[in-house]
Amino acid sequence: MIRAENIVKTFGSQEVLRDISFTFDDGKTNLIIGKSGAGKTVFLKILVGLLQPTSGAVWFDDIDVCCISKEQHRELRMQIGMLFQGNALFDSLTVEENIRFPMDMFTTRTAKEKLKQVDYCLERVSLEGINDKYPSEISGGMQKRVGIARAIVLNPKYLFCDEPNSGLDPKTAITIDDLISGITKDNKITTIINTHDMNSVMEIGDNICLLSDGKLAWKGRKEEVLDNDNEVLIDFIFASPFLQRLRSQALSK
Amino acid sequence: MQLIRDLGKFIAWLPDIFSKPENWGMYYKETVRQMYDIGIGSMSIVMLISGFIGAVTAIQFSYQLSGGFIPDYYIGYIVRDIMIIEMAATLTCIVLAGKVGSTMAAEIGGMRQKEHIDAMEIMGVNTSSYLVLPKLIASVIVIPLLVTIALIVGIAGGYIAATYVAGLTPVEFEKGLRFLFDPYNVVMMYVKAITFSLIITSVACFQGYFVSGGSIELGQASTRAVVFGSINILIADLIIALLLMG
Ligand SMILES: Nc1ncnc2c1ncn2[C@@H]1O[C@H](COP(=O)(O)OP(=O)(O)O)[C@@H](O)[C@H]1O
Ligand SMILES: [Mg+2]
Repeated sequence: MIRAENIVKTFGSQEVLRDISFTFDDGKTNLIIGKSGAGKTVFLKILVGLLQPTSGAVWFDDIDVCCISKEQHRELRMQIGMLFQGNALFDSLTVEENIRFPMDMFTTRTAKEKLKQVDYCLERVSLEGINDKYPSEISGGMQKRVGIARAIVLNPKYLFCDEPNSGLDPKTAITIDDLISGITKDNKITTIINTHDMNSVMEIGDNICLLSDGKLAWKGRKEEVLDNDNEVLIDFIFASPFLQRLRSQALSK
Repeated sequence: MQLIRDLGKFIAWLPDIFSKPENWGMYYKETVRQMYDIGIGSMSIVMLISGFIGAVTAIQFSYQLSGGFIPDYYIGYIVRDIMIIEMAATLTCIVLAGKVGSTMAAEIGGMRQKEHIDAMEIMGVNTSSYLVLPKLIASVIVIPLLVTIALIVGIAGGYIAATYVAGLTPVEFEKGLRFLFDPYNVVMMYVKAITFSLIITSVACFQGYFVSGGSIELGQASTRAVVFGSINILIADLIIALLLMG
């Protein structure tokens, strides 16, 4: 369980997050949703510790991350995998070297064991046999999947994904969503995803928080999204006039 | 003001850079890669510049000395000492501040902007150390070697110019090379080379690591690495000269 407690974050005079408290459930696909610029990335980076909150606390189970030693912090980070919005694959390394990197750095496994784990992770994301390609030689969707493979290579307890399907076509985006939620279930990990994609919300949102203007505007499960009257949520979900027409037709029936 | 703030930030950063590596093997590999990049990548430009400087020095002084009371073999002596005392270390390192410094700043800054540094941090890597320490070690080993090469090539350039253009005999030039030789100057050359390599690398890594924004800021950081690196080299050159000669 990861718990955000009264998180406030300001950059200069700009208040990006205003007093956000939310609990992310273990073994579930947790979503942080909201429009572009709502503060999703900043919130996610505060949760993983890449940014420090101006005030408030982040708890991993019963550990307050602000107050642990550097050593403990590194240990915690070993249990975290993260997929970045721009993949953050190292472009001078091959796919295999990218996925192997955390193992090279932190384990004493033999080359054979490492290769086995690389191949296992690549198979998990349905990308067998591209070991020797460079990130620039594969498509955006494949890069995302390699990013996922790298994130799960050390069997993390927590998986963080920043906009995993931005920039992908709808079909590929759904594949990525299925992949992440499948990994979450199979490996019993706690996943937190940033997204503004409605398909993701409706398909994989076990536990959702909606950010708007730096505030927590709504929280709930995907089953609760459609029948509720939270204005911010309705405005976010039925963003286009087309969807609004569909909604009013459905309501008037 | 900004300068003082940067200096404070830099000093606060040092403990992170010099903390214990999580994996010696990976650091070793990265150090070798950097040594290769710095050394092989800069060899030709360093040889070109020092060769020309040696040659021009010889020609200039042979012109100035001609017809005077000073014997011709002094040209060898002058070329040698100018290379050892100033040109080999300082000029080479100013050139490297441009070539190596800008590359390092751009490399680390690009990693910052593409979230590579964040990605490594999340894995648990101490990026301050992993991205900087191998570069520091590599440059402290390789740059003094480049300075040595600059010295040899510079004297060779002087020799060629003195014998072919200024009409010295090889024996005379060699006599000049041995004339009033003070090994202490060579020690000083290496003190300078090591100091300057630390300056080039730390300034460049600092500018790259703390870059923010986009490609314009990345370009500015790269430029600052060159400008501040060169200025700091000149300041250090002056300080070393005052300390070691005084
Ligand atoms: N490092 C930073 N410095 C200053 N402002 C920032 C920084 N990071 C994010 N912001 C601001 O925070 C706001 C939220 O950004 P972000 O979390 O990236 O939004 P999104 O929900 O699209 O991920 C934006 O207005 C952005 O300008
Ligand atoms: Mg974002």
